[in-house]
Amino acid sequence: MTQARSGRPAVDVTLEALRRGDLAPDDVRIHPETLEHQAQVAEAHANPQLAANLRRAAELTALPDDEVLSIYEALRPRRSSYDELGALADSLAERGASRNAALVREAAELYARRGLLR
Amino acid sequence: MTVGRFRFMDQQRVNLDGFAVEDASLGLVAFDSPNDPVPSLVVRDGRVVEMDGRAEGDFDAVDEFIARHGLDLVVADEVMALDDTAFARMVVSPDVPRSEVVRLTAGMTPAKLARVLATLRPAELVMAMTKARARRTPSNQAHVTNRSDDPLLLAADAATAAAFGFREIETTVPVLGDAPSNAIAVSVGAAVGSPGVLVQCSVEEALELEMGMRGLVSYAETVSLYGTEQIFVDGDDTPWSKAFLTSAYASRGIKMRVTSGGGAEALMGGAEGCSMFYLEARCVALARAIGSQGVQNGGIDSAAVAGAVPRGVRSLMAENLMVMLRNLEACTGNDALMSESDVRRTSRTHPIFIAGSDFVCSGFGSIQRYDNMFGPSQWNSEDIDDWLAMQRDWGVDGGLRTAAEPDVAALRRRAAEAVRDVYAHLGLGDLDDVWLEQAVDAAGSKDVPAADLMTPLSAARIVRDAGITMLDVASALDECGYDVEAQRLLDMLRARVEGDYLQTAAIFTEDMQVLSLVTDPNDYAGPGTGYVPSPERQREIDGIRQQRSVADFRDEQDAASDTRLRVVGAAETGSDPREVVVGVSAAAGRALWVALSGLTVNEILDELLAGLEEEGAVGRIVRINDTVDLGWIGLSAARLSGSGVAIGLQAKGTALITRRDLSPLQNLELYSVAPTVTRELYRQLGVNAARHAKGSTPEPTRNPYSDEAIEARYHTKVVSLVAIERSCVDASVGPEDLELDGGAR
Repeated sequence: MTQARSGRPAVDVTLEALRRGDLAPDDVRIHPETLEHQAQVAEAHANPQLAANLRRAAELTALPDDEVLSIYEALRPRRSSYDELGALADSLAERGASRNAALVREAAELYARRGLLR
Repeated sequence: MTVGRFRFMDQQRVNLDGFAVEDASLGLVAFDSPNDPVPSLVVRDGRVVEMDGRAEGDFDAVDEFIARHGLDLVVADEVMALDDTAFARMVVSPDVPRSEVVRLTAGMTPAKLARVLATLRPAELVMAMTKARARRTPSNQAHVTNRSDDPLLLAADAATAAAFGFREIETTVPVLGDAPSNAIAVSVGAAVGSPGVLVQCSVEEALELEMGMRGLVSYAETVSLYGTEQIFVDGDDTPWSKAFLTSAYASRGIKMRVTSGGGAEALMGGAEGCSMFYLEARCVALARAIGSQGVQNGGIDSAAVAGAVPRGVRSLMAENLMVMLRNLEACTGNDALMSESDVRRTSRTHPIFIAGSDFVCSGFGSIQRYDNMFGPSQWNSEDIDDWLAMQRDWGVDGGLRTAAEPDVAALRRRAAEAVRDVYAHLGLGDLDDVWLEQAVDAAGSKDVPAADLMTPLSAARIVRDAGITMLDVASALDECGYDVEAQRLLDMLRARVEGDYLQTAAIFTEDMQVLSLVTDPNDYAGPGTGYVPSPERQREIDGIRQQRSVADFRDEQDAASDTRLRVVGAAETGSDPREVVVGVSAAAGRALWVALSGLTVNEILDELLAGLEEEGAVGRIVRINDTVDLGWIGLSAARLSGSGVAIGLQAKGTALITRRDLSPLQNLELYSVAPTVTRELYRQLGVNAARHAKGSTPEPTRNPYSDEAIEARYHTKVVSLVAIERSCVDASVGPEDLELDGGAR
């Protein structure tokens, strides 16, 4: 049974629960395991890149909205130094977001070569 | 001074369009620029070291991301070695399954795929697209915006778009700060119109993501990709920032697709001498590489740039096909207006319309052109009935359905009231009754002078400052008595938890089932396979509100019935040389009372008799019961006429003058275009008939010619009227003298 990030079963996201004041934002957020499941579905339908995206997404479910927005900003052209991207990657890796960390590291290398660092 | 024919041609709307001489140096070339690379792929130890003529040390950001993430190296050797024509045939042939073509395309470099698809001719593109799109069931997307970010009008128009069948609605803002207000108004309006309609608000990337996180929108599309590094960076992004953004949306359970489109780089002066199609091939390969489930392309904002060069329109469709072959959702342009000419814009869309697409338009402007804050669309609110008629003409599902006026009126009112009530409940603003009434009735924002431009801005500020989420909006709806709509918004939020709509090409049905590549895969494999509208959907497509049956026309005729014309007895042959018989058809004044011109049969008879009298002739009305043919009606009447001259008249208004010595197919004068014949012309026909009876040769009356599509307008009705005439014919009943009571002059 699909659960929200909060652990509430999706089927319990109901109007009655809303009326009781019982629904919090995390009750309508996707659970990382659901994203892993969807990644497997995408793989089975000939799209490993979509699967990889959904697995990066699973890692990002743990991050607060503000941080997700700030990482996006850091990856935009000429926003970050090589070291800042390295530190960002380390911090992501430490928190189990290894796929996103790898993406950031790869960006740092390419940005260095193509003049896209700050 | 040019000759008249060219002065006339120059005035036609197509000549407002710009047409460019091909110029590869500026990227003004659709396919095959001399600067496009020769396809190549070199893989060493599982690593791409050369792609499309460029060594890895020279890879720009776009190359790098595609090379590292976008290609299936297992099939790469096989597919790169495939002959272009051989692969093109696989793409087109219904005998090669979609899955096989998708498998091979995954290993194909951008230059290779571009070169293959450049060989497809238009009809082949149609066949390929029919097979290649991801979702079996086609769909469509609407733009819902207005000049004033008027939340009441947005809600009413979103409900209207949903009523017409759009399954995705895209809004945007003229004033950036209004965005959250627009997102809420459109989401509430869409929820009033139908369950399961996806809503996006296209704004700057970070703000759009933020609104998504708050649940204020249910999908995103404004994530632009470009085919060159320079333009990518000018757009303030890189493939890595876009890949991250793609994951960020998925991490909140939100559907998203990226946007690209041929001509964008040329328009921004950075095509690097490459063809539009090759650069788009890079965008689409990148879209797949970053893990986006879908792409909106087909020119989009630069569609007119592609449209300006030879084969540019063809390249727009080929771009869409490329997306499908990369196994992604295709939202196939037909978005920004690419021509002033109705003919050209229809021509641009039509092949995609008949092939079917995940979203035929990536923005059908369901509102007024002037209200479209993306700029006018290829298709706009004035075209909705055209689109519905085209669906019906071709038996094609273009994603729309007809909607009855009373239903739409009720939905518009409910949507506007729901937004008014929610805004009041959440303290976002007080929207008054005058404004509401105007918005409900409005065809566009010009009809809503009462709209207050500050309201959306302050509402949006409160939404952001107070951190209002879609849960709050759903609660407010529920507390204001809109529990059905609250449930619908909640269903969209629950869909994020379930995640099934993150799969390729997902839409929701009205009972909240996900249709996607996974649940509704396109299985076209030639005639007898693939998507066929369900009987219920076929009825929606066929049953446009304008269609009329014989019964409808009969009711219309019955409503005009009267008793002025009555039978006085069997008709005998007359002997008065001044007599002109007016022979009327079997149904005239019995089952049919109104001619195509809108004149009644009696009015026509009044004029004919008056014209005869003016010239000293004596009119006699005789009903000819044994034929529907006007020639025979006239000739039969002439044989009864004392002068040997007669007028024949069918109830629909077609009339002639004939004489007893002529054959049924001959006549002296004929009004063949019944809808355009006026009272004055009927009177003149009477006058002329009298002159013929006296043996003189009057100047013939002339049919009033028109450049309007008279036949399109009246032929359906003619078929019904003739059927009614035929039902009144009785060969066993002889001609009858009729008398026209009163009114006769």
